[in-house]
Amino acid sequence: MQKSVFGKTIEIIIFIVFIFFLFAPVLSLGIWSVALRWYWPYTLPQKIGFDYWLQALGITKSLTLGAVNVVPAFLLSLGIAIIVVVITMAISIPAGYALAKLKIPGFLKGIILVLFLLPQAFPQQPVFLNLMLMFNKIGLTGTVLGVIFVHLVVSLVYAVWITTSTFSSIPPELEEAARSVGASRLKAFFRVTLPISTPGLIASAVFVFLTSMDEFTGTFFVGLPFVTTLPMTLYSASGSNIQFASVTAILLLIPSILFMVLIQKFLKAEYLGGIGG
Amino acid sequence: MAILKVNNLSKSFGNIKAVQEISFEATEGRVLSLLGPSGCGKTTTLRCIAGFENPDQGEIYLDDRKITPFPPEKRGIGMVFQNYALWPHMTVYGNLAFGLQIRKVPKPEINKRIKKILSMVQLEGYENRYPRQMSGGQQQRIAMARALVFEPDIMLLDEPLSNLDAKLREEMRFEFTELQKKLGITAVYVTHDQAEALVLSDKIVILDQGKIVQSGTPKEIFSNPKNKFVAGFIAVTSFMDGKVDSLAEEQKKVVVKTDDGLTIQGNNSNLFVEQRVSVAIRMNAVHFVQDEDEIEKNSVNLFKGKIIQSSYLGNIVDYKISVGNWIVRTNTEVKNNFKVGDEVKFYLPPEKIIVTLEK
Repeated sequence: MQKSVFGKTIEIIIFIVFIFFLFAPVLSLGIWSVALRWYWPYTLPQKIGFDYWLQALGITKSLTLGAVNVVPAFLLSLGIAIIVVVITMAISIPAGYALAKLKIPGFLKGIILVLFLLPQAFPQQPVFLNLMLMFNKIGLTGTVLGVIFVHLVVSLVYAVWITTSTFSSIPPELEEAARSVGASRLKAFFRVTLPISTPGLIASAVFVFLTSMDEFTGTFFVGLPFVTTLPMTLYSASGSNIQFASVTAILLLIPSILFMVLIQKFLKAEYLGGIGG
Repeated sequence: MAILKVNNLSKSFGNIKAVQEISFEATEGRVLSLLGPSGCGKTTTLRCIAGFENPDQGEIYLDDRKITPFPPEKRGIGMVFQNYALWPHMTVYGNLAFGLQIRKVPKPEINKRIKKILSMVQLEGYENRYPRQMSGGQQQRIAMARALVFEPDIMLLDEPLSNLDAKLREEMRFEFTELQKKLGITAVYVTHDQAEALVLSDKIVILDQGKIVQSGTPKEIFSNPKNKFVAGFIAVTSFMDGKVDSLAEEQKKVVVKTDDGLTIQGNNSNLFVEQRVSVAIRMNAVHFVQDEDEIEKNSVNLFKGKIIQSSYLGNIVDYKISVGNWIVRTNTEVKNNFKVGDEVKFYLPPEKIIVTLEK
C-alpha cells in the first residue's frame, strides 16, 4: 500500500515530536548540569563548567548553598535497593509459585492479590504519614530498616503480581514431564520451572530495583532526619539550585539505565521464544 | 517389563464423575489403548496411573507392587505428552539426559544410551539441537525417546500424535509400534482416533462417560461390537434400529424387524426375541445391484433407496442412501456414477451385517 506524501510527512512529524518529548527532558537536564550561569533570555548557558559535578561527587568542597556531596546518598540508595530486591524476590518467588500453581480457589486468589494491592489504592501521603506514626512508636523512623520496610511494602505488590503471572504462563506439562522422568517436585522446580521463568523474574527484579531507587514519599516520611537517599537529596536540591538538582537527577538515572542494559544481556531470545510444543 | 493392573478406579471432579469404577489389565510387552470420545475419562485414567491425579477410589498395581500411594517420580513410568512438553531451555541431549542424571547414571553410560535411543528414533546427531529448531514430528520422536531412555517399567502416552498432520500421524503410528516391539515395553495409549487404536493396539478398552463399554482385541471390537455405541465408534457405521423377530442360534442368524417395518437379517448370538437391537451396516457391506444381477437366491436383505448425498473422494465416492427412516452410508468406485436423487437397489450380505444391542 502506497502511503501518500502527506501521510509520510505526518508520520515523520509525529516521530520527531515523540523523540523530542522522550529526550528533551534528559537533554535539558544535561545542559543544566553543566551550566554555571544561565539567565533568560539566552537559549544556551552563558558559562559552562563541571563545577557542580565535582561538588556533587565530593571531589571539591561545596561552597554554594544546597550543593552537597551526594555520593553517600547515592551509595545508600543503591545499598537499600539491592537489599530490597533480594528480600522481595525471596518472598515473591515462592508466593508467585504458590498463587500460580497450587489449586487455590479462584476467589481466594483474588482476595490475596487485592490485599497486596490495597496500599496502592490510597493516596500516598496519608498512607505513609500513618506508616510513619506507627514506625515512630516502634522506633523505626529515621532508620535504614524502616526505609527498607517501606520499600518492601511498595515493591511487593508488583513483584508478586509479575512472578505469579510468569509462573502461570509456564505450561504445567513441563513440570509434569520432569516428574515423569523421576524428578521430585523440588527438582522439577529448580531444573525446569525456574530457568524457564528467568526472564519474567528478572523483569520483576528490575522493576523492584527501579521502584526502590526512585522511591520518595514513603522514604521521606520514614527516613527523616537521619536517612538520606538520593531522591531526597534531589528534592531538597530542586528547591534551591537547579544545576545541582540536574546533576543529582542524572546520577539517579545512571544505575537504572545500567541495570536495564545489564538485564538485556540476560534476556536471551532463546528463553522467550522457546516455550511451546 | 511389567503388568499393569487397574482395580476399581474412580475419580470425580466436583460433581463430574470422570471415571467410575473401571478395572482393566495391561499385559507385559503389549499395547493397551484407552479409546473413547472427548470427556470419556481416558485421560483422567491415564493421569491416575501416572500419579498426577489422586483417585477417589481404587488401586493401581505395577508388577504386583501397589503404586497408588506413590508420587509420579517414584512409579517407574515414562510418559509422552500430547504437546511433547520438551524443555525449551535444554538441548536434545539435556532433555534426554535429565532422567538418567536423576538416576545417577555415570556420564559415559548416559552418552551411550542417548546415542542408542537417538538412532532408534532416527535422529542421530541431533544432540545439540534445541526443541524449537525441530519439526513437530521430530519433537514427537524426541518426546518418545525421552520417555524410554531410562528404561521405565511402563510407557504412558496421552494422545501423542494428535498434534501432527494426518500423513505424519500415519507414519508415526508405525514408528511407534516398531519402537515398542523392539523394546518389548508395556504401553498404555490414550487416543480418540479409532483408526489409530485399531492399528497399534493389542487390546482396546473403550470408554464412554467414565465407564468401560467393551474391551478386547481390535478384531473382536470391530467384528463383535457389544452395542451401538461401540459399533459406531470403531468405524463408520449406519444403523437401523428395531426388534429381534426370529433367531436361528446355531447359524448365528438373526432376523430383525426395524421400527419402520423393514426386515433385515444379520448375525449375532445371545439375543432373544423382541430384544431392542441396532443393526450395524459397515460401509463395505453395501453392494449395489443392477436388475439383471444373479442374486435369485438372495431375496433377503435386498433394499431400495434414494441417493441423498454424494461426496467425491478421489478414487472412491461416498454415498448417503435414504432407506425408510434410515440413512445408509457406503463408498464405492467412481464408475457407479450415481447422482443425488437416483433410485438405487442394494444388497446387504447377512454375514457382513452385525446385530448389536441398542444400548
